[in-house]
Amino acid sequence: MALINVKKKEVQIKIVYYGPGRGGKTTNLEYINETYQDRIKTQMVSLKTHDDRTLFFDFLPFDVGQIKGFDVTIQLYTVPGQVKYNATRKLVLRGVDGIVFVADVQKEQRKKNIESLNQLYENISTYNLDLFEMPLVMQYNKIDLKQANIPILSSQTLQKDLNSSLRAPAFEASALSGGNVILTLKKIISITLASIQDQLF
Amino acid sequence: MYNQNQLDAIDDVIQTKLIAAGLDHVIFMDMGGNAIAKHDNGKSYLDSTAFAALAAGNYAAVDAMAKLVGESEFSLLFHKGKKLSIHFSKVTDDTLLISMFNKELSLGLVRLKVIDTIKEINQILLKG
Repeated sequence: MALINVKKKEVQIKIVYYGPGRGGKTTNLEYINETYQDRIKTQMVSLKTHDDRTLFFDFLPFDVGQIKGFDVTIQLYTVPGQVKYNATRKLVLRGVDGIVFVADVQKEQRKKNIESLNQLYENISTYNLDLFEMPLVMQYNKIDLKQANIPILSSQTLQKDLNSSLRAPAFEASALSGGNVILTLKKIISITLASIQDQLF
Repeated sequence: MYNQNQLDAIDDVIQTKLIAAGLDHVIFMDMGGNAIAKHDNGKSYLDSTAFAALAAGNYAAVDAMAKLVGESEFSLLFHKGKKLSIHFSKVTDDTLLISMFNKELSLGLVRLKVIDTIKEINQILLKG
């Protein structure tokens, strides 16, 4: 739940990038970190293994300015994607306000995307949250692999697999080159802010 | 959401009980990693945003470990450094108090002050 400090007129919002391992969640944050250097007061924090796999989370806070007199800070987190780290994924989801689900468009990752989304549904239900009511954006990442002739899933297939009942906004993206990374971010911020407006005013 | 009176009272109790006793930094935060109140003695800089995120992760991980070994919680979490040490205490189910202090202060004194502060914060939160 967003933290609203009426004394300091601050709002802190937690957005979590979730998805299967090696899907590009950390790469999304790294691109955002480079693009918005001027708004980021602190270093990006990454808890990772020696081979650059996320071990606990990545953390990147940045300011989005004032809304109705409140300074709004967005805190971006990623979860570790590897299957074995579900306990830590659950911990990172505590207090989440919005979720970006980063799916991997490679054909061979189809099953992993579905499993990860199912687990997300279960994980947030432990905090009495419902994925169907949570601000959510789907990102179909690594679309650039098409150029390298790597077999990828079509957006129609991904929509059918992952988004047929959730009906969340969805974007094809390439986190490595930055394609649609910012668009995804802007979308999740706008729908998350809209969802907490009732608490604010 | 905390109201203005609660936030003022929490600021006040942290200042008078902990910062005045010689602690370097104190952060009252939620388990999601958001700082609710931050105080320091003005002598050193701390990136408290990143610190709060890591502290929440650290506390949550240790809490999960406690459950795995059949403990309901590890109530005292303490990291000792050469110059600076960090003390973690649960205040309510959703909040934590992080106290950082230098080698001039003893852990015993900090614990006493922290217990006292937590009692007062709980009363402030109950009052609404």
